[in-house]
Amino acid sequence: MAPRAVQIIAGAALAAFVIAPLAAVWAKAGPAVRFGPAEWAALRFTLLQAALSAALSVLLAIPLARALARSRFWGRDVTIMLLGAPFILPVIVAVLGLIAIFGQNGLLNDGLRALGFEPLSIYGLQGVLLAHVFFNLPLATRMILLGWMSLPSERIRLGQSLGLGAMARFYLIEWPMIRRILPSAFAVIFVICLSSFAVALTLGGGPKATTIELAIYQAFRFEFDFATAALLGLVQLFLSVSAAGVALWLAGHDRLGIGLDRPAPAALRPLSERCIDAGVILGAMLFLILPLALLFIKGAAGVPDLGAPVWFAALRSLALALGATLLCLCFALPLATRWGELIATLGIAVSPLVLGTGLFLIVRPYVNPFDVALGVTLCVNALMSLPFALRILRPEVQAVEQNFSHLSAALGLGAWGWFRWVMLPRLRRPLGFAAGLTAALSMGDLGVIALFGDAERATLPLKLYQLMGSYRMDQAAAAAVLLLALSLGLFWLFDRVGRYGAQD
Amino acid sequence: MALKINNVHIAQGGFRLTASLPPLEAGIYAVMGPSGAGKSSLLAAMAGFLALQDGQILWKGRDIAALPPAQRPMAMLFQDNNLFPHLSAARNIALALTRRAKLTADQTDQVNAALERVGLAGFGTKKPPQLSGGEQSRVALARVMLQDKPILLVDEPFSALGPALKAEMLDLLGELARERGSVVLMVTHDPADALRIAEKTIVVAEGTAHPPEQTEGLLQNPPPALAAYLGTD
Repeated sequence: MAPRAVQIIAGAALAAFVIAPLAAVWAKAGPAVRFGPAEWAALRFTLLQAALSAALSVLLAIPLARALARSRFWGRDVTIMLLGAPFILPVIVAVLGLIAIFGQNGLLNDGLRALGFEPLSIYGLQGVLLAHVFFNLPLATRMILLGWMSLPSERIRLGQSLGLGAMARFYLIEWPMIRRILPSAFAVIFVICLSSFAVALTLGGGPKATTIELAIYQAFRFEFDFATAALLGLVQLFLSVSAAGVALWLAGHDRLGIGLDRPAPAALRPLSERCIDAGVILGAMLFLILPLALLFIKGAAGVPDLGAPVWFAALRSLALALGATLLCLCFALPLATRWGELIATLGIAVSPLVLGTGLFLIVRPYVNPFDVALGVTLCVNALMSLPFALRILRPEVQAVEQNFSHLSAALGLGAWGWFRWVMLPRLRRPLGFAAGLTAALSMGDLGVIALFGDAERATLPLKLYQLMGSYRMDQAAAAAVLLLALSLGLFWLFDRVGRYGAQD
Repeated sequence: MALKINNVHIAQGGFRLTASLPPLEAGIYAVMGPSGAGKSSLLAAMAGFLALQDGQILWKGRDIAALPPAQRPMAMLFQDNNLFPHLSAARNIALALTRRAKLTADQTDQVNAALERVGLAGFGTKKPPQLSGGEQSRVALARVMLQDKPILLVDEPFSALGPALKAEMLDLLGELARERGSVVLMVTHDPADALRIAEKTIVVAEGTAHPPEQTEGLLQNPPPALAAYLGTD
C-alpha cells in the first residue's frame, strides 16, 4: 500500500481540483442571472435527447445481444471485443464518419436523391440521437450480453427439453434477466448523454437542439456571459450528480454475479432464427463499421498533404495525451482504494465544461486564460480518465496487497521496495491498459479545449472541428484519419508495452 | 537464548486465545490442534501481523511484541505466496539482503551459496512459475536462510506437496534448523509431520496454547481435545 500520507495528499489534491472550480462557478452564478427561455429550452432538450438516446440504444441492443449470445461464428470474439472500441474512438471522428453516410452529400442522401426523394438532414435531434446510438449501442449490447452469459445453462437446457417456442422462451427465461439489466443500462447511457458536448456541438445547435453543455460553451465563448455560463454549470452539476446517483443505485441493485458459465450452444437452431440473428449482427456491424470505413477511404490519401497547422496540432495533442496519462496514473496508484474511487467518481459527475468554466474564472484575474488552455485541458482530461483507470487498477492492487503484503512486511521491503519490486511489476498489464485508455481518451477529447483553445493552441480534435466549420471536408477527413490512427495507436502501444514481458 | 511467551492474549473476530509457555529453547516445536482453534493466529501474532490484546513476547529478555514484522528476530514461511512470481529465484532470495537492483559480489556469493545449500545451484534465473512445487519450497527455504533470523515460524508451507516431497522438505527444514540452532514453531495438521521432525508439540485447543510436550508421548496418549481432532477416541 502507498504510504498513508501520499494517499491523503493525492485525495485532497483531487478533491480541491474539483471543489475549487465549483466554488468559483457558484460564486459567479449570482442572483442577478435569470434562467430565461433559451436556458429552459436547453434543459428540455438535454433531458429529451438523453432519454431518447438511452431508450433507443437499449432497445436496439436487446436483439443484438441476443443474437451474439446464441450465435457461434468465426470472429465472434473479435466482434464482441470491437464493441468496446467506440469507448476510445474520438467523438469528432465518429461524427465525421456519420456525416459521410447520413450527411447532406452522404451515401444515404445520394441514394434518396437518385430515387427522387427529399434528402434528410443529419443536423438537429435526429443527428444527435444517431451519434449517441452509434456510441452507446455497443455499450448497451455489452452490458446486456453479460446478462445473457449469466443465464445458467441448465435453465436454457431445461427450456430446450420442454420444447419451449421462441416466445415462451423469451418470456420465461430471457425477459426476467433483461428486465433486471435494462434500468441500469438505461441509466448509465442517460448519464453519459446528459453531458454530451462534442456531439451537440457538431450535430446540434440552434434553439431547438442545444444541450446545457453546449449552452455553457456558447454563453462563454460568444456572449462572454460568465454569469449565465456559471448558472448553467450549476444546473448541469445538479442534473448529472442526481442522475449518476440513480445510476449507481440501480447498478448496485442488479445482481449479475451468479456464475458466468457460458450457455452451451444450442445444438440445433431453426434456420429462420439463425438467419434473423445473422441479419441483426450484420446490420449492426455495418452501422458501426461503415462510417469509419468510408471516412478512411475518403481521408487516408489526404494525410500526407495535411498542412503544417494540422501537424502541429497533432504534436500538441500527443504531448497533451502523454502528459494527461502520466498525471492520471500518478493519481491512480495511490488512490486505488474504495475511497479514492468514490472521490474520482464524484469528480467525473462534474462535467468537463463546468470544471473548465470554473478553472477559467479562477485563473482569469492572474493570467490570460488562453495561455494556460493546454495545461487546464491536460488536468481535466486526466481527471476524466481517473475513474476508468481506478476501475482497472483497484482490483489488481487489492489482489497484490492481499497476496503479498505479509511477505513484504516480513522482509521489511519498505514503501519504495514494495513499489519497485512488487507493485510496479505486478501491475504492469493493468497499468498499460489504463495508460492506453487515458492516452486515447485524452487524444480524442473535444471538450475543455473548445472553451479555451484558439488557433495557436488548438489540439487535433479542435483543429478538425475548425476545418469542418469552414467546410473543408476533404482536409477534415484526412485529419480525422490521422486522429483516429493516433488515438488507436496510443492505446495499442501502451497496452502492448504493458503486456510485453508481463509476468505469469 | 530462549523465546518466552508470557500471558499473551489474542482476539480476532469471535475467538480468543491465551498463551503462556515456558521458555522455548532451540529446537523444533510442532503446533497442533483443531482447525479454527487459533494455530495460525498464534503464529501471525508472533510474526507481528496480529496485535496482542495483552502480554509479552520476550527474546533475550527484551519484549518484541511492539516491533514491526521485519524488525523481529523472526522469519516466516507462509502457507502460500512465499515467493514473488514475477521475480527470479535469485532475486526472491536476494530480497532477504537488499532492496537495491544491483547486488554486491558478496551478496551474489551468498545468494548462490544459499541456492546450492537447498540443492538448486544454477536455478537462480528461473522464475517461480517455471519451478516445480518442491523447487519453489526450496527457494523459499533459501530465502529464509539468508534472512538469518534465530526464530523461524512455519505455517503449513508444504501442505500442497505430495507425501514424499513433503517428507523431503521437512527433513531439509529440520537440517537447516539444527545447523543454525533455530527456534522453529511449525503449525501442522498432520501428526506425521510432527513425529518426523518435532521433538516437542504445543497443543492449541479450546482457547489455550498448552506447554510443549514430547511429541511421541503426546500422540500416543493425547488429551481429549487433541484426541477428538485426531479421531483416536
